[in-house]
Amino acid sequence: MGPDHDARNTRQAWAIAHIFAAMSHDHDHHHDHSELSETELRVRALETILTEKGYVEPAALDAIIQAYETRIGPHNGARVVAKAWTDPAFKTALLEDGSKAIGTLGYVSRVGDHLVVVENTPERHNMVVCTLCSCYPWEMLGLPPVWYKAAPYRSRAVKDPRGVLADFDVTLPKDMEIRVWDSTAETRFLVLPMRPAGTEGWSEEQLAELVTRDSMIGTGFPRKPGAPS
Amino acid sequence: MNGVHDMGGMDGFGKVEPEPNEPMFHADWEARVLAMVRAMGAAGAFNIDTSRFYRETLPPDVYLASSYYKKWFLGLEEMLIEKGYLTREEVAAGHAMQPARALKHGKFDLANVERIMVRGKFDRPAPAPAKFNIGDRVRAKNIHPATHTRLPRYVRGHVGVVELNHGCHVFPDTAAMERGENPQWLYTVVFEGRELWGPDADPTTKVSIDAFEPYLDPA
Repeated sequence: MGPDHDARNTRQAWAIAHIFAAMSHDHDHHHDHSELSETELRVRALETILTEKGYVEPAALDAIIQAYETRIGPHNGARVVAKAWTDPAFKTALLEDGSKAIGTLGYVSRVGDHLVVVENTPERHNMVVCTLCSCYPWEMLGLPPVWYKAAPYRSRAVKDPRGVLADFDVTLPKDMEIRVWDSTAETRFLVLPMRPAGTEGWSEEQLAELVTRDSMIGTGFPRKPGAPS
Repeated sequence: MNGVHDMGGMDGFGKVEPEPNEPMFHADWEARVLAMVRAMGAAGAFNIDTSRFYRETLPPDVYLASSYYKKWFLGLEEMLIEKGYLTREEVAAGHAMQPARALKHGKFDLANVERIMVRGKFDRPAPAPAKFNIGDRVRAKNIHPATHTRLPRYVRGHVGVVELNHGCHVFPDTAAMERGENPQWLYTVVFEGRELWGPDADPTTKVSIDAFEPYLDPA
């Protein structure tokens, strides 16, 4: 997107905001615009104000969005998990200090401080939630899905984790410990799922293909070898 | 504050509904809101705790009925007005009418994008030794601050065990109110499901929170 495009967007937003202001003042009976479009107009108006006041550059906002759309995502976490499955020394370092260990890998996006990696074992399943808002390891998993940020998950994960897992068609052995990590501070949690059986001799790249986002939140398992991706 | 955002343990919200192949954003405006929040925060208009507090103080019916990024938008707009970066008249008019308020870190332009792609550092030098050791039994205080806190209601009054010590971190309760970083020791404290939810709870469940030292008493 070049400067012309940005200027055009800003002008359009400006014009639309004015039209909306006029509509809401003069035609209160005229409510055929959806809640979504009203929000869209308000958001554009706010961006116009922030731009006109010199607080933000629209091109910088575009660049933020592009960076989120292209650079973060579960592929980062998947590579970390696959590395841990194949390299015992890395796994030990990862469980000791997640941020530090991931920092030694050149190929995943830089990760912020305070990442805690928690390991699933045959005895214990880990699951991550943020009951108070939406804390989530963005650098490893991308932006959180809607369900992670919504009331059903946030309310029930700490009280009825098995019930929540059932919503994901996940069933655990009755006697397996379930540990729920409520992300109430600036620490972030990543689940290290168990390596699927039947993957002996697989490369890191092959293994990474099996690692799902939900398996790193604790609401799913990695794909089984041969299962569709 | 004891707001509707503090949802842990509430009933009645129904099933979790995962969306197959969910897009990163469900509308373009959601991406603009995310970018504006990140940009204005990085420019120094507010800290992360303040922005959370403004979402929590949305009226409960608005909070529950609004989509995620709608909450972000409403919180952002109100916060920028109250902090003096824009006025209600400007919002109503849809354009700038007053001089800008200077931002602590200046205008957010392209040169600033890289620095927000890595999470900030929240650990700080310790002002005092830690009061608790790993393995200590602690009770979450029965406190009900009227402003921002990261101690969820469902653990208050309950006994858990210190499992991890994360060092000293910015204290959200004061940072949110712009009363300073006031660094405090931060611990992972783990609670038995039955301690939190009573004798009928699943005995295989354990729940941990990350608790700042002022939230805890020895038990």
